Amino acid sequence: MTADPSETPVATADAGTDDLTLDESVAAADVPPELVARSLGQYLRASLLQVRSGNSGVLPVILGLVAVAVAFQILNSKFLSAQNLVNLFEQSTVYMLLAMAEIFALLLGEIDLSVGLVMGLGSVVVAELVQPSGANWPWWAAIIVTLLACAAVGFIQGTLVARLRMPSFIVTLGGLLILEGVAIIVLGGSLVGIGNSQYSNELALYDIFWGSFSPVVGWILLAVTVGAAAAGLWRRDARKRRRNLQAAPRSLTVMKIVLIAVAGSAVVAVCNINRAHFGTIEGVPYIIPIVLIVLGACTLLLQRTRFGRYVYAIGGSATAAERAGVRLPVIRTWCFVLAGLISGIAGVLFASWQVSLTTNIIKASNSYVLLAVAAAVIGGTSLFGGRGKTIHGILGGLVIGGIYNGLYLLGVSSQWIDVVVAGVLLAAALIDVLSRRGAPGRT
Amino acid sequence: MTADPGETPAATVDAGTADLTLDAKVAAADVPPAILAQSLGEYVRVWWLRVRSGNSGLLPVVMAIVVVAVVFEIITPEHAYLRPSNLVYIFGLSTVYMVLAMAETLVLLLAEVDLSVGAVALIGGVIAFKLVQQPGPDWPWWLAVLAAFAICGAIGALQGALTAVLKVPSFVSTLGGFLLFSGVLVIILGGADSTVSLNTSDPNQNVIYEMVQGLISPVVAWIILAVVVVAAGASQWARTVRRRRRGLTTPPLILTAIKLALTAIFGAAVVIICSVNRGSSLRSVTGVPWVIPIVLVVLGIWTVVLQRTRFGRYIYAVGGNPEATRRAGVSLPAIRIWAFALCSATAALGGILLGSFFYGEYSSNTADPGQLVLYTVAAAVIGGVSLFGGRGKAIHGVLGGLLIGGIAYGVSLLSLGSLSTPLQYILPGGVLLIAVLIDVQSRRGAGAVTGV
Amino acid sequence: MTEVNEAPAGASRGGDGAEPLLRLRGIDKHFGPVQALYGVNLDLPAGQVTGLCGDNGAGKSVLTRTISGAHQPDHGEIFFDGKPVHIRSTRDASALGIETVYQDLALADNLDIVQNMFLGREPLSYGLLDEDSMELQAAETLSSLRVTTVRSIRQPVASLSGGQRQSVAVAKAVMWNSKLVLLDEPTAALGVVQTRSVLDLIKRLRDRGLAVMVISHNLTDVFEVADRIAVLYLGRMVAEGPTSTFDLQSVVQYMTTGTASGRPYEAAGSASGKG
Repeated sequence: MTADPSETPVATADAGTDDLTLDESVAAADVPPELVARSLGQYLRASLLQVRSGNSGVLPVILGLVAVAVAFQILNSKFLSAQNLVNLFEQSTVYMLLAMAEIFALLLGEIDLSVGLVMGLGSVVVAELVQPSGANWPWWAAIIVTLLACAAVGFIQGTLVARLRMPSFIVTLGGLLILEGVAIIVLGGSLVGIGNSQYSNELALYDIFWGSFSPVVGWILLAVTVGAAAAGLWRRDARKRRRNLQAAPRSLTVMKIVLIAVAGSAVVAVCNINRAHFGTIEGVPYIIPIVLIVLGACTLLLQRTRFGRYVYAIGGSATAAERAGVRLPVIRTWCFVLAGLISGIAGVLFASWQVSLTTNIIKASNSYVLLAVAAAVIGGTSLFGGRGKTIHGILGGLVIGGIYNGLYLLGVSSQWIDVVVAGVLLAAALIDVLSRRGAPGRT
Repeated sequence: MTADPGETPAATVDAGTADLTLDAKVAAADVPPAILAQSLGEYVRVWWLRVRSGNSGLLPVVMAIVVVAVVFEIITPEHAYLRPSNLVYIFGLSTVYMVLAMAETLVLLLAEVDLSVGAVALIGGVIAFKLVQQPGPDWPWWLAVLAAFAICGAIGALQGALTAVLKVPSFVSTLGGFLLFSGVLVIILGGADSTVSLNTSDPNQNVIYEMVQGLISPVVAWIILAVVVVAAGASQWARTVRRRRRGLTTPPLILTAIKLALTAIFGAAVVIICSVNRGSSLRSVTGVPWVIPIVLVVLGIWTVVLQRTRFGRYIYAVGGNPEATRRAGVSLPAIRIWAFALCSATAALGGILLGSFFYGEYSSNTADPGQLVLYTVAAAVIGGVSLFGGRGKAIHGVLGGLLIGGIAYGVSLLSLGSLSTPLQYILPGGVLLIAVLIDVQSRRGAGAVTGV
Repeated sequence: MTEVNEAPAGASRGGDGAEPLLRLRGIDKHFGPVQALYGVNLDLPAGQVTGLCGDNGAGKSVLTRTISGAHQPDHGEIFFDGKPVHIRSTRDASALGIETVYQDLALADNLDIVQNMFLGREPLSYGLLDEDSMELQAAETLSSLRVTTVRSIRQPVASLSGGQRQSVAVAKAVMWNSKLVLLDEPTAALGVVQTRSVLDLIKRLRDRGLAVMVISHNLTDVFEVADRIAVLYLGRMVAEGPTSTFDLQSVVQYMTTGTASGRPYEAAGSASGKG
């Protein structure tokens, strides 16, 4: 198991001793416990020490999830019902995708304030393209073109940031203004809807968000996914052990596989409960696998490719990366392209979710960027670059989605929800800053 | 004449030679020509060299204003753009952006940014409007205005503390502030569709209404202009003479005279435009809106504070080299917190003017805080304030605000039908990007290292 | 405020046996488990330039920062003008008359020469900055130090050459009633011509009666300008005395091994012997 660049903080600690024994010096040196643990027990102990010395990884966000779940369940007993939970998953997917998009910019030490509007623009474009009275494109062509367009937007912004060295928050701030105007133009001033089930293309688009697999298929998919993941993890660890590289203990791998299986089963089970008031709606919604595929692809990209390695390098020290031969403009531009692309995917889901899009909804998509940044930071990605993983986007997106869902269930008006989310963002940013205490920073 | 820190770019250039002669080397060395020129001819020559080497000061924004005026005059139906009544409207609208841009400049000079300035401005306006309501709190107008300043100042101080003490990046803390206060705004207003308005029959509330809508009669305006020009001229003259006597650096006298003349001409033009009757023959409407002298007072205050006080000096120093400033014994958090606080307090004034501009009515649809902040940053940057800190002056905010106001109003004059709403988003976005591009390129051209 | 052309009262010229301006005795400093300074003794007489030499990690920066107030020593005593003092902060040091010019010069590029020289200590008149007297005083200081290559005192610092920036930084240190000036690698980034002007500047400081300590890797410069040499080796002061008692080879040996020709340094009748 390699030391994930996303997990090693930027601080430099003098371990004080040459001998990496499993004690406080290891924790202080911020070595990932998987590397030095030789048994499950040692792993757990080292993890605990790490947490106590301030390097807690995804623990805060998991605790946050639990806290949100408990708090809202107490306030409103319907929070943890199957129907609401699936609702929650569904609503969170947009936040998750936007957070994953944002993470590509945050890892570089930049920021992309336009993700919300790219999503808005994407949603409007895809909806307009399938209109039978208008372009009347097949749904898959509409989606492809939309994704290309959003990636192109990312390319333009990325070029401005990477080659002209304009500050990213200004470029994306101006970008979001321009995109808002363009989206309104595309919308043609009124509204566009995909709710008419007579037209197959509209129906296909609608189904993306609202449709689901049958329960049986859901279990099959789960089995296949868990099986593949298990096989992959096992083989990788076995290969490392065979070549005498540093690998996690077998018991740890088994535990991970078990956890994935359990979590996956829980999700499938909850989704398969009938959640309709009348008739039957059951099964895993299509969007969950969609999001998981994006998660898998991005994680692979960031952890196992040169490109990903360079992204972390730039975030850690752009000068060092440049001297090592990394082509900064290329990597930076591609990160913004990916951010745009993933925001485009979010846009397709958004169109499907909202069913009809108006100018007001476009304007409101502005506030999603804050949620995306908050989700990424809550999940554990740092605002200063060099630290974060795509899974943070998933977890943080769930927290944000949970907060929104819970507050909405309690009947809180949208102004107050804005206030709460702002507070959550600030708290997350504070935690990020405080966890960097001790690392060299600004004056 | 002091080298205004607002004018010097933060470039590092090795002059290569110990002897700086008055030519391309000087221009490359980015020395403000007023310092070294011994005559008007020298000044012009050095200034032109500086422009060509990328360090153009006020030129871009002035040129942009001219271009915008010409273009809109051509494409507006019936060439109505430069009609006095429209021009006065532009002046009025621009004052809001001028004040907001001056506020934002305080923070930009530190190499920070305040994204909440739009939301805070609206909060300030709403607070002031709510406090003078009858029946209700019925506060005297000046107390309501002061309260708005104080509350917004506190908000700014809080954001400044987050940034300076807790080291949260300013764009995150003010982004959060933006969202927070957008929500709070609706809450204070009492819901998404509520409004608060001024009752002009109440003399107390009328004062605020008159800030933008009220007019100074032309005669009085001329008198005020004359007094201001003479006073400014006399004090500049006295200062130059006194410095000459002590052997200190002074620009050529004729340069001072020309600057004074230009200011007088510009002021006279404004008064003349405002004196043209823009009502009807039955009800003549002439005069200079009160808001123009109000903004000039704000300009004067901030210019003095930034150029002539320790606090202003330290703002420039922090933007230029925070570590050096810290070693010189200056408290960085104090400077930063005060700058954010004063920015938000000034923004409150902008919000009050905005409400007055919209005929004394405030609703949650009056202005979009996001659009406000983008226009504000665009105004400051295209006026000449640098995003990277250490360079900029209050006058830049005023000129940039005039430009943005001119563009915003010009777009609305063109009957573009369904294009007019989206253009209101696209144009400022485009202007902002162009302005920042120029800022970045001018730093590049001057040889500065903007980082990897 | 120091009168521009007079030596500070109580300054002593080197070699006359008077009490040195600054005397360090037995200074210890550690950071965690790392001991940076062991029992360091140092004398800095007024009117003399002391060159502080040592390899990387020998403790030169720590020693400088201890004198300038950025660090507090764990043990040892500091005597200034014969009286024991505790330098708890850079303000304390400034109050005593100790000024430091760090390697990065601490100049704000967007301000001009006058504004930089007065940064943090601007005089006011009627609540506003007294630009006129600042400019006059800065001009006087620069001319007394014979810094004449600058075209205008109102030039932004960004437009000066490296040597000129160094001169401005030194002039800034000297302007404030300073008695002791510490210079960290003043010639490190300079070319030949500029190095010459900075070295001449250092000599002028000495001629005005200030005590000067120069940290430098460049032994040629040290031998040219220093009256005394002090060598640190792994946190210990292994050699300290008049320049005449050293040669290039011995200094290098002290820096790299702590001894020269296998023997420690022995002072030979220097004005302020090792305590």
